[in-house]
Amino acid sequence: MLIERKWKKWLYFYLPMAAFIVFTLFPFYWMAVTAFRPDAELYATWRQPNAAPLWTLHPTFEHVIGLMKTTAFPTWMWNTMAIAIVSTAISLVCGMFAGYALARLKFRGSEFLGTAIFITYLVPQTLLFIPLADIVRDLRLGNTPWALMLTYPTFLIPFCTWLLMGYFKTIPKELEECARIDGATRFGAMVRIIFPVAIPGILSAGIFAFTLSWNEFIYALVFMASADTKTVPVGVVSELIRGDIFFWGQLMAGALLGSVPVALVYSFFVEYYVTGLTGSVKG
Amino acid sequence: MANVTIRALNKKYDNGFHAVKDVNLEIRDREFVVLVGPSGCGKTTTLRMVAGLEEITSGEIRIGERIVNDLPPMDRDIAMVFQNYALYPHKTVFDNMAFGLQMRGYEKTDTAKRVREAAEMLGIELLLERKPRQLSGGQRQRVAVGRAIVRHPQVFLFDEPLSNLDAQLRVQMRVELKRLHERLETTAIYVTHDQVEAMTLGDRVVVMKDGRVQQMGEPLELYGKPANKFVAGFIGSPAMNFVDVSIGNDGIAETEGLRLQVPERIRSRSGQRLTLGVRPEALRIANGAEQPSFATTVDVVEPLGNEILLNFRTGGASMVARVDPGLRVKAHDHIRLALDPQRLHFFDAASGAAL
Repeated sequence: MLIERKWKKWLYFYLPMAAFIVFTLFPFYWMAVTAFRPDAELYATWRQPNAAPLWTLHPTFEHVIGLMKTTAFPTWMWNTMAIAIVSTAISLVCGMFAGYALARLKFRGSEFLGTAIFITYLVPQTLLFIPLADIVRDLRLGNTPWALMLTYPTFLIPFCTWLLMGYFKTIPKELEECARIDGATRFGAMVRIIFPVAIPGILSAGIFAFTLSWNEFIYALVFMASADTKTVPVGVVSELIRGDIFFWGQLMAGALLGSVPVALVYSFFVEYYVTGLTGSVKG
Repeated sequence: MANVTIRALNKKYDNGFHAVKDVNLEIRDREFVVLVGPSGCGKTTTLRMVAGLEEITSGEIRIGERIVNDLPPMDRDIAMVFQNYALYPHKTVFDNMAFGLQMRGYEKTDTAKRVREAAEMLGIELLLERKPRQLSGGQRQRVAVGRAIVRHPQVFLFDEPLSNLDAQLRVQMRVELKRLHERLETTAIYVTHDQVEAMTLGDRVVVMKDGRVQQMGEPLELYGKPANKFVAGFIGSPAMNFVDVSIGNDGIAETEGLRLQVPERIRSRSGQRLTLGVRPEALRIANGAEQPSFATTVDVVEPLGNEILLNFRTGGASMVARVDPGLRVKAHDHIRLALDPQRLHFFDAASGAAL
């Protein structure tokens, strides 16, 4: 169908697309508007004259400044960043080796191991945090960043392993066979040939892992107690909702600022990310 | 420079598939040996065992004086060219070719010199800074060959290196490979399923089927004296014609529409059924009533220019005759074909062995 009527394209493509975009972006827009709306407008009823629930005519930075000054938000950001980076790094390294082994090495029980790793990923965190809390307490890691840096890999490693295993399988095995004939050991071929070729896959696994640990809530809620060790998702919710009072402006400002790093990471690597998910090397 | 000796080589996979059965090969120094056969015949598995990429179930492989059974690929002093070229996509052509030298700790200047020499030999010296994805199929092929020759290995292994190229380029690369081999004087083992490639490239050709060597010999020896029906049918294009005949007590082979006197050595088989093999060029349009000959009707005419292929049916089998292009023959014409009695092959109907 090379020649199509224009209205058909509008009806079947642009319209649904527009609806989808509005649907996905509206929460972000709402978050942004609320973050910059003065309190007077925030808590006024929509029925009053001149009410403009969808935009504001008096944008203000008071919530952002209040967030920075009255809460430990900068510390939360720092905590979240450090924890996300360390747990992503641990998970990526483990995932690369495990994924390679499951994709390439033939050993007794390799398939069972692959399935077993996948199943651990399926165990919900809401169940797993109970035994993990016990372990964290025994190791005296509670209320330190290590509690999260070491527990996030429990769900990140299976995830990275599976994603990377799939990616490694798309790389022709002749590449490393050739490297081994060229004089590399199996390990050398993996590090010098397979890993560089798999960079799109490794990056997308890293982005996913980073996002997952950045947004993680339940472990952070359980293992972190004091205000200065919290991560952004937990800190914002626990410190800015006091009893039944919601500090909407600061809540949304925190959410907005908290999503900026993730958005940046995505936009930088979006090209790799797409090839990482669709896979494969040519030539 | 080395000879390669393969003794009683077997490969059995974990799932019980017996891919290579008792293969014995003696490949001489500087010889170009081609392993050819249909897919699944074990030729690639044999090559991969020589390379060290596949474990040996039993048997022995020697390169030069060394038994290499348990050596890792890197220590066998071999180079391999793969069907999909297996170029490292993240490295430039230069780095692709230099990788093997770098891994072996060659000096930088020495590496660069060798890479340039090989690149010049293959006419790719202007591509050295490119990445593999910026190359055409033929160029990638050259880089893959270049990567193999920079190290001056004892043995080259080729795994269907031309089958991803288009027909024209394949013919061209075939000649280049042959020229290159003459220049480098290195032992080469080459795997292909294409019998034309095998015949043109090989000093000797090994025909394999179902994991077993059917015959090893020089190309014309395989063509002229095939050891069995499989080799006879596999080598040559169009393939040899086969028709089942019964041998009478008078030494006459007979089938529907065809009678001929069999050679002395076949007489003892009187009363048995044999398979008669006739190459398409051993058939020609008969002059009058010369013998042996038979009448038939042309089914399909394939005018190829330098020759005409006539398809017809005789004795219940489809057959092809290769005749002079000057002849005007049309489909459905009734013709009489003469057989060259010196060029008949007889095979045991059950075992397929040549008689």
